[in-house]
Amino acid sequence: MNNWKQVATLEDIPPLGSRVISTPQGDIALFRTAENEVFALLDKCPHKGGHLSQGIVFGKKVACPMHNWHIQLQDGNAVAPDVGCARNYPVKMEGSAVFISLA
Amino acid sequence: MKKMKLVMVGNGMAGVRTLEELIKLEPELYDITVFGAEPYPNYNRIMLSPVLAGEQGIQDIILNDLAWYKENNITLHLNKKVVRIDRSKKIVYAEDGTEAAYDRLLLATGSTPFILPVPGSELQGVIGYRDIHDTNAMIEAAGKYQHAVVIGGGLLGLEAANGLALRGMDVTVVHIMPWLMERQLDQSSAQMLQKSLEAKGLKFLLEKNTQNLVGDEGGRVKAIRFKDGTEIPADLIVMAVGIRPNTALAESAGIHCNRGIVVNDTMQTYDPSIYAVGECVSHRGTAYGLVAPLFDMAKVCANHLARLGIARYQGSVTSTKLKVTGIDLFSAGDFTGGDATDEILMHDAGGGVYKKLVLKDDKLVGAVMYGDTKDGAWYFQMIRDGKNVADIRDHLMFGQSHLGNSGHAGQNSAALMADSMEVCGCNGVCKGTIVKAIKDKGLFTLEDVRKHTKASASCGSCTGLVEQILASTVGGAYAPQANAVKPMCGCTEHTHEDVRRAIREEKLLSIPQAMQFLNWSTPNGCASCRPALNYYLLCAWPHEVQDDPQSRFINERAHGNIQKDGTFSIVPRMHGGITTAAQLRRIADVTDKYNIPTVKVTGGQRIDLFGIKKEDLPKVWADLDMDSGYAYGKALRTVKTCVGSEWCRFGVQDSTQMGIDLEYALDRMWTPHKFKLAVSGCPRNCAEAAIKDVGIIGVDSGWEIYVAGNGGIKTEVAQFLVKVKTKEEVMEYTLAFTQLYREEARYLDRTVHYVERVGIDYIKQRINEDAANRKALHERLLYTLQGAKNPWASENVNAREFATLKLEAADTATTA
Repeated sequence: MNNWKQVATLEDIPPLGSRVISTPQGDIALFRTAENEVFALLDKCPHKGGHLSQGIVFGKKVACPMHNWHIQLQDGNAVAPDVGCARNYPVKMEGSAVFISLA
Repeated sequence: MKKMKLVMVGNGMAGVRTLEELIKLEPELYDITVFGAEPYPNYNRIMLSPVLAGEQGIQDIILNDLAWYKENNITLHLNKKVVRIDRSKKIVYAEDGTEAAYDRLLLATGSTPFILPVPGSELQGVIGYRDIHDTNAMIEAAGKYQHAVVIGGGLLGLEAANGLALRGMDVTVVHIMPWLMERQLDQSSAQMLQKSLEAKGLKFLLEKNTQNLVGDEGGRVKAIRFKDGTEIPADLIVMAVGIRPNTALAESAGIHCNRGIVVNDTMQTYDPSIYAVGECVSHRGTAYGLVAPLFDMAKVCANHLARLGIARYQGSVTSTKLKVTGIDLFSAGDFTGGDATDEILMHDAGGGVYKKLVLKDDKLVGAVMYGDTKDGAWYFQMIRDGKNVADIRDHLMFGQSHLGNSGHAGQNSAALMADSMEVCGCNGVCKGTIVKAIKDKGLFTLEDVRKHTKASASCGSCTGLVEQILASTVGGAYAPQANAVKPMCGCTEHTHEDVRRAIREEKLLSIPQAMQFLNWSTPNGCASCRPALNYYLLCAWPHEVQDDPQSRFINERAHGNIQKDGTFSIVPRMHGGITTAAQLRRIADVTDKYNIPTVKVTGGQRIDLFGIKKEDLPKVWADLDMDSGYAYGKALRTVKTCVGSEWCRFGVQDSTQMGIDLEYALDRMWTPHKFKLAVSGCPRNCAEAAIKDVGIIGVDSGWEIYVAGNGGIKTEVAQFLVKVKTKEEVMEYTLAFTQLYREEARYLDRTVHYVERVGIDYIKQRINEDAANRKALHERLLYTLQGAKNPWASENVNAREFATLKLEAADTATTA
């Protein structure tokens, strides 16, 4: 059972950029790719807890600003050879409205 | 579309590397079939010596396991030797009748050890040293027999001898030449090597010619006899006198061979459907036996198989490192010298150190080192780059000074380090971890090691050490890439210089435009090329290019320094280190109002406020009402000053005012890396101008300007540029040098790296001797900085960057 909440519109997030939503589960980073896809990850790098929302977005990845781990936006997995995973949240779009599910 | 068929004959390192490169470029172009004569998947042949020495097992050296072939849909025929190629029908046939049709055929048949054609060479116990089979035969013999003789005192022979000795055999190395490794070493270094190996228990017979091998009644070798009539016992003979390219298959198919399968610069043979790589190849008359050139070939070949058609193999300069534990030896290039060359020599027989550098026309062309090889990679890089060393000739022999500067306890010889010692002080990586990763994961390049271990991936000061560890672990396989041709990053083949030239000449004005024009391989680059491109565009076309905040590191986007807890620190500008009561009062008020936990006086004579929440930054800046100090950016940081003639009894110039003026002039300037200045009012140099990007020292008769100093990772004393009389001249020279650095340095190179690359003479030529150019540079920088805005001023703050989205506010919009 998904608990969809609208959290932003596409225009709130810069292309190849990110915004932070504060939630009871902790900060969640919303990312927007060049193709206007939106992904949501817990704003915590699996390496040393860096704030992924502050990283540079490229392709479907973000580079953590702390130690440059590359994290895949779709599933939160670190790009090899690094190993780790940031929690990811389902995202859906209705028009330009962005919903995430915290369930 | 139907896929084309690619068949590869030979399953060794060069061939499989070609497939890996091809799959990276064009994973769907071919159905791939591989024939391997050995029963193993691709393994790391250069690690056979550690296997023989008992330091590693066979499983440890497998590079591509069977799962890899499966994942990439490669049909693998192991244990099947291809015996015939039908070029008209385009089919290859294996010994057992297996056949495979091809559209493209890749020959990677490698080489075989040359077996001396002496009587007795067919006896049992006489082997070459080439593959797992030979290694196993040697390990088995070591368990049963006592006397081993290795014929050949080259690299491979010595590694074999060392391994057999470690396995308990009594080993004699027989060599026909007057000294060991004559192709890599001169006589002095070879004698030092021989002495160390003798200390390890090896015996040597030099200038010995083999007459015949003597067998026992069982048909096994029992002795070796020489042409001078002497004889020694031998239960095992290892022939390591050279390798011979395997060309039989190619020759039988009528493909042109001449001591190797002859290929052109695209690795194509005389049959356009057939390519060849590796040790079986003869390229411009040379056959290579070391791994590094083979990998270069693989890359080129894959490029052509993928039908990109843009790469050329132009031959390789190789270097050698002996993989015998405890022995440090390095040789590269042409070390024998001749009439047209000069030699720089250092020989400390007692200390066991020997170094010879060979120079020709002010360029380094060869190096031999024994005992202390820490600068091997550095010399090798210079040989490959063909760098003019006239500037540094007088201290060339003493190596690269940045090794061991900070973060690794002054250690600068990797060989002397224990496995548990820390190499990379930033990421806490020990030598053992690096060695293990190199061996287990089959790493060959510095980039690989950085990716896997993070060693030298942060500040880079231990790069030299990591290179040494890499070189001593993989031996001759290690080859640093020539700097001149190093691509910017994995997204492009172009170098920094190519990219900047294109941006200038084609007037490229945005990142997407540049990426499209330069055929970037990724849709929007990566975290390393985007910031560089953004800078190059802004530098080339000021006032025309729009800055792209999304291509900036967070610090430059948020105009503060991100800390490990996600808060920021900020440093307001205090020009020349001068502040006022009003500024200090505002700083104190802001500190109270926003509960700023730490206030620190920096080394750059200003004040740093730590622990500010990102969303508070715009409010803090508004309350402070001061300029950004750019303490977060690849930008002008600070101009440090001493009090100077206004107060100091020694001061001869007004250094404080000079510093203030410079800081105003250069404020809000982006640079390839951070940029620091200092101005001292007398030669006592209290402002530490000697370790700054530009250091200015007042003397009674004017000002001395020094450039390219550094006080951080790489401590380097600034070099004298010029002495001038007036403040106006200080301004002009400083700005001109700054602009030259901005226009020519690679992104993330400090002035020290830039000046090291181009040489101080070049800087003097462009700035001191060419007045028109100096004025033009000065003008360009003034134009660039015209109207630059304070990023902290409220009208320039991008609110969206700092505001957090709130979930609560969005709750009303909840849908089912």
